[in-house]
Amino acid sequence: MADTIKIQTKTKKQKVIADVALIILLIAAAVGAYFFWLFSRDVGAYAVVYINGEEVARYPLAADTEVTFNTPDGSSFNTLVIRDGKADVTDAGCPDRICVNMRSISFEGETITCLPNRLVVKIEGGESPGVDLP
Amino acid sequence: MKTMDEKSKSAANEGVFNISSERKKGLKPNLKRINTKKLAELSVFTSVAMILSYVEALIPSVGIPGAKLGLANIAVIFILYRFGWREAAAVSLVRVLLVSLLFGSIPAMIYSIAGATLSLIVMVLLKRTDTFSSVGVSVAGGVSHNAGQIAVAAFMLGTKEIAYYMPVLIISGIIAGIIVGLCGAVLVKYVKY
Repeated sequence: MADTIKIQTKTKKQKVIADVALIILLIAAAVGAYFFWLFSRDVGAYAVVYINGEEVARYPLAADTEVTFNTPDGSSFNTLVIRDGKADVTDAGCPDRICVNMRSISFEGETITCLPNRLVVKIEGGESPGVDLP
Repeated sequence: MKTMDEKSKSAANEGVFNISSERKKGLKPNLKRINTKKLAELSVFTSVAMILSYVEALIPSVGIPGAKLGLANIAVIFILYRFGWREAAAVSLVRVLLVSLLFGSIPAMIYSIAGATLSLIVMVLLKRTDTFSSVGVSVAGGVSHNAGQIAVAAFMLGTKEIAYYMPVLIISGIIAGIIVGLCGAVLVKYVKY
C-alpha cells in the first residue's frame, strides 16, 4: 500500500522543495509589487481632511501649517501638522492614538486614519482639484 | 441505460419531481444519495470552522488591518485532504454564509465569499497538481484569499489605490498559510475516527 502511494505521488522532500519555491516566488512578487508602488507613486499637492466621510478642509503641502480638528461632538481632537511638504497627525484625543503613531504622508493616495474620531487625512494630487472620485 | 433515460424523461414530463413516485416505480431518486455519516461529519467540521472564525474574531489584529490567520481554513484544508473538493467547497460556503449572517454584515459577506471562493479554487487546483504539500497549498490559498478580497474591495470602492496594500497582504497570507498548512497536515495525519 505504502509503495503504491510512493509511486503515484511525489516524495515528501520534493513537495517541501516545491513549497519553499512557491513561498520564495510569492515573497519576490510582494517585494516586486512594493518597489513598483514605491517608484510609480506621485508626490501629492494637497492634504485633504475628511470627517465622517465629508471633506472639511484642504491644505497645500507647500505651506507649513498646524491645525486642530475637534470631533463634531467636541469630545476629542486631532492635530494636523504640515511641515517640509509632509502631513502628519502629531496629537489626538482618541484612546488608541494609532493616527499619531502613523508615519507622515506626502504621496498621492496615502492616508492617515483615525477610526475613533472618524477622521481621515488623505493626500490628493494638484492637477485637477475637485475632479477626483470621492 | 436507455430505458433509464426514458423513464427519467417521463418522470420529468410529469412536471413535479416526486421522490416517492419514483420510488414506487422502482427507480433511484435522481438525487445523489447522501451518506448520513458523512453528512454528520461534515456538519461537525462546519461548526468547527465556525467556532474557529469566532475565536479568530476575538484575537485582536496584530497591527496590520485586514491581516487574519484564517483559522477556519484549517478545517477546510482538513476536509480537502480527507474528503475532497466538493465537501471542502460545501463546508467553506456554508461556513462563510453562516458566520456572516451571525457576526458580520452584508459587505463583509461579499468580501468573505470572494476570498473564500478564490482561495478554494486555487487550493483545489494546486492540490490536483500533486506538486505541493498541504503547507504550499494553504499558503497559496491564504494569499489568494487576500487577493480576492482586495480585488472586490477595489471594485466596490472604485479605487485602485487599495492594491498598494497587496504586498503586505501577500506576506501576511504566506505566514498565515504556513501556520494553517502545518495545523492541517498534523490533523490529517493524526485525527482518526
